[in-house]
Amino acid sequence: MRYEARVEITHLPGIADPQGATIERALPALGYDNVTEVRVGKSIRLVVDASDEASARAQVDEMCHRLLANPVIEAYAIELTELVA
Amino acid sequence: MSARVGIVVFPGTNCELDVASAVERLGGVPETLWHADADVRGADAVVVPGGFAHGDYLRTGAIARFSPVMDAVARFAAAGGPVAGICNGFQVLTEAELLPGALQKNAGLKFLCETVECRVETNRSSLTALASPGSVLHLPINHFEGAYVCDEATLRRLRDDDRVVLRYVRNPNGSLDDIAGISSKGRNVVGLMPHPERASDALLGSTDGVVLLRSLLETASQGAAVD
Repeated sequence: MRYEARVEITHLPGIADPQGATIERALPALGYDNVTEVRVGKSIRLVVDASDEASARAQVDEMCHRLLANPVIEAYAIELTELVA
Repeated sequence: MSARVGIVVFPGTNCELDVASAVERLGGVPETLWHADADVRGADAVVVPGGFAHGDYLRTGAIARFSPVMDAVARFAAAGGPVAGICNGFQVLTEAELLPGALQKNAGLKFLCETVECRVETNRSSLTALASPGSVLHLPINHFEGAYVCDEATLRRLRDDDRVVLRYVRNPNGSLDDIAGISSKGRNVVGLMPHPERASDALLGSTDGVVLLRSLLETASQGAAVD
């Protein structure tokens, strides 16, 4: 089976996000005075071959922990979609 | 015998010659270690110099930590060998979990290239063994991701164990607790954002980095970690 994984990486709560803060300060200049809590993260898309969804998720989770995210400062969320040939 | 200093070079490292030149001037013998090397070639000390290892892709140091040479550096560090990570090298050492915490984008989102004042906080580290605690060194910084961050428990441990090695006198980048450099539990692994090698000759405007590099060479030739 083939699965598309979308990994969203964000800062852990309490970790400074200067890019998010800068964007939040810039938006009011365009008239958007109602925006708060801007956070900038990363999105990584990959396709993984695995026997089933649980195995695919476990592998992507391990990849996140070992490489894609730094658990000291980042959190991640995985979204899996089965690809139909 | 003069200390042999292994200088790790990844694709994208760019401060290895500065470090080699400073080491040589201080009587050490520099030797380049390529990132694909499987050992540190009998070095007495290892420096992970600055630059943009593997293009800093994904995160600074994230790819570099998986280079074969890093396993050798980890073994060398575990055996008590002195290791200094300068700038990008500091980022690599945190990613490799040889030092706790991480380096984040500067608070002002600006690449900083300036000389800053750093206070030596302890002489109990391989990089400050010969320095006087409380003394202020003028050292160049040159980074975009130099804001040190760690969780509260780690910070408490670093403070309680006297492992904050250098602090900025005026915090330039939003670094937690003004931290410019820290050491490992064994005090033999040190990471710092400032560049001592760029302050190692009067021609460069400051010689304040000499005491740090000399400490590393001294620790290396003793063949044991300080404590």
